[in-house]
Amino acid sequence: MVTVSSWGRLSRLEHQVKVLSARHQVAAQLPSDQLGLVYGMGRSYGDACLNPGGVLWNTQGLNRFIRFDEDTGRLVCEAGVLLRDIQQLFVPRGWILPVTPGTQLITVGGAIANDVHGKNHHQLGSFGDHIHWLKLIRTDGTMIDCSPDVQPDWFAATIGGLGLTGVITEAQIQLRRIPGPWLVAETFPYHSLTDFFHWADSSEAAWEHTVSWIDCLHGGTARGLFMRANPIPSAPRISPASRKLAMPFVPPISLVNKISLPLFNNAYFYLKKRQPEPQIVHYENFFYPLDNLLNWNRMYGPTGFFQYQSVLPRSVGLEATQAMLAEIARCGEGSFLAVLKTFGEREALGMMSFPQPGVTLALDFPNKGERTLRLFARLDAIVQEAEGRLYLAKDARMPRDLFVAGYPRLNEFIHYRDPGISSALSRRLIGD
Amino acid sequence: MPDNTKKIVIIGATSAIAHACARLWALGAAEFFLVGRDPEKLRQAAEDLTVRGAGQVATYVLDANELAKHPAMLARCFETLGRIDIALIAHGTLPDQAACEQDVNLALQEFSSNGLSVIALLTLLANRMEAQGSGTLAVISSVAGDRGRPSNYLYGTAKAAVTTFCEGLRGRLYKAGVHVITIKPGFVDTPMTQGLPLPKLLVASPEAVAKSICQAIEKRTNTLYTPAFWWAIMLVIKHIPTFIFKRARL
Ligand SMILES: Cc1cc2nc3c(=O)[nH]c(=O)nc-3n(C[C@H](O)[C@H](O)[C@H](O)COP(=O)(O)OP(=O)(O)OC[C@H]3O[C@@H](n4cnc5c(N)ncnc54)[C@H](O)[C@@H]3O)c2cc1C
Ligand SMILES: NC(=O)c1ccc[n+]([C@@H]2O[C@H](COP(=O)([O-])OP(=O)(O)OC[C@H]3O[C@@H](n4cnc5c(N)ncnc54)[C@H](OP(=O)(O)O)[C@@H]3O)[C@@H](O)[C@H]2O)c1
Repeated sequence: MVTVSSWGRLSRLEHQVKVLSARHQVAAQLPSDQLGLVYGMGRSYGDACLNPGGVLWNTQGLNRFIRFDEDTGRLVCEAGVLLRDIQQLFVPRGWILPVTPGTQLITVGGAIANDVHGKNHHQLGSFGDHIHWLKLIRTDGTMIDCSPDVQPDWFAATIGGLGLTGVITEAQIQLRRIPGPWLVAETFPYHSLTDFFHWADSSEAAWEHTVSWIDCLHGGTARGLFMRANPIPSAPRISPASRKLAMPFVPPISLVNKISLPLFNNAYFYLKKRQPEPQIVHYENFFYPLDNLLNWNRMYGPTGFFQYQSVLPRSVGLEATQAMLAEIARCGEGSFLAVLKTFGEREALGMMSFPQPGVTLALDFPNKGERTLRLFARLDAIVQEAEGRLYLAKDARMPRDLFVAGYPRLNEFIHYRDPGISSALSRRLIGD
Repeated sequence: MPDNTKKIVIIGATSAIAHACARLWALGAAEFFLVGRDPEKLRQAAEDLTVRGAGQVATYVLDANELAKHPAMLARCFETLGRIDIALIAHGTLPDQAACEQDVNLALQEFSSNGLSVIALLTLLANRMEAQGSGTLAVISSVAGDRGRPSNYLYGTAKAAVTTFCEGLRGRLYKAGVHVITIKPGFVDTPMTQGLPLPKLLVASPEAVAKSICQAIEKRTNTLYTPAFWWAIMLVIKHIPTFIFKRARL
């Protein structure tokens, strides 16, 4: 037994870890008298990747490429391959993953099981939209090859299926042609949510990537920085700084607190606000700015932190987001890691996928126990009223009724669950 | 036109450390002859290297303990590659020391896997490479060969034999322009060490170890401790007097 935490470091509980290292041996490794769950890189913030007291199948050894077709850009690889490894190998060859989240240190399996989204959702949807097929192994030894056309119900259950339908061992991913590793990016300060929506709406057709940083302490009036970017062919002859900094230890108290946060937010806003003309940035710095600070999750101290990520329908998005920001500013909690972004109209493929048309707000909160949970309860009420949902990859505490209301395909999904698989999240929200 | 392609043979090519080395070589121009005992794993390793940019990748199924089959394998290897620039010998097992104390056959079998089979392969490879007059023999031994410890002295003995053999061979092949490098990893996170209660801070990734191995091969290092701090640890351990060492629980 070893202790395992997820990215939020809210718990340190015992698991029996089994490493999967060869895809042809996985079926033989799964049967057990204990319930199991796949663990990728543990980059989920809450308990989606935890199974305390049970088995964790670690996919670190399933990290091989299988085939790549230079003409079509179709890549077949094992599920433990890191998105970073795909990017580093293929970007120099002119291909890129169409969709990646804010970190590339996650596995293909984890990206599928949470149907992750990136800054280009409005144009390219989520990760699952670019999977041609996947291979699933169930704990009873059954193997299921599924795709949007073959056993499409299994496909829809497994995309965003939180690892609960079986173990994904390999997948075929559609890569996308790019002219090079560079993007041209523009930054605009905004001083109200109306402003934000204006920038978002007017950018979505012509800009592949849009995202915004929001100052969570500024209340309902909202201020932030809107960023948009497009790939460009020009190639400045500098390479990105590869030097990584690391958070070497866990500080005794959170470094994100009432003193540091307003200071940081003000400084960041005023520094970036004056950014001149469009900038040329390397894709790694634009997409994964936090990956250069290894173990940054330790900065919240020994009690860990939550991330609260919601999506609200566009019709009520403005008022409901305003109400959430007002609640947050009122109690002065939060963090500088705060993102506001619009999703496109595309409905996700997965029964349990998070993205839906509307606007998504993601905020980190140091864990201060009851106080933090009380704030979340107030935010939950706003989300539920607005008929929105919370992202399961980030969640460690949502109440069951909010979950059931937010994920209307739950009843369909549960038929595809693997009875040999369970997670802390499934026990908390589904009951087993 | 000079042929810059590296011709590489790997024995125990499915080893996590060896495969991590091969991935680095595949980024440059490289052709491989991969030898291992599990055909399916070999096939998967070959596919991975191909996607990563390797040139020709051939595979050959061989249990290293079948000494009589070594010459045929090497003949095929030279036929396929033409010459050898790097031969990496990586196969090995981590024996159950307690079981080896109760079962002579098992002990000798494990000694063969980690010691005799390596010596047999090196003997044949050395002659071929001496005739060729170039190339590097890279052999994965272990820090465990530096001193005999109650918890794994059978493994340590086999690795010590390999280390000493390589030292002698290095002197012999030096004159022919062939280099021999002895690689001594510390704890590495691979299937071999899975489930062992190792001190986390001392465990390196196969990728980090592979990087130092590839660099050391380029630099023609003689003995590589990897990660490098193991050199200091082993310096201390080698100097602990026996009357203390025999009482220590190691
Ligand atoms: C800095 C940072 C930024 C982030 N930004 C974003 C973002 O912009 N957008 C976004 O969508 N997400 C984002 N995330 C969340 C992250 O992308 C997801 O949590 C992702 O699923 C993590 O992948 P992982 O490999 O670490 O999987 P884990 O967290 O280990 O597991 C996640 C889930 O996938 C399942 N799973 C993993 N592998 C398999 C497999 N082979 N077969 C079946 N099930 C499997 C697990 O059981 C678990 O339910 C971010 C996370 C961090 C730390
Ligand atoms: N990991 C460590 O901490 C550590 C420390 C010091 C030294 N080393 C040495 O590093 C080398 C590589 O090991 P690793 O850590 O990469 O572990 P690994 O992934 O378990 O690799 C060991 C490999 O040896 C192969 N093998 C074993 N017996 C064989 C035989 N008779 N014939 C052919 N192949 C055989 C295995 O093949 P299968 O895949 O078919 O089983 C496996 O691929 C070994 O020599 C080991 O002693 C490792």
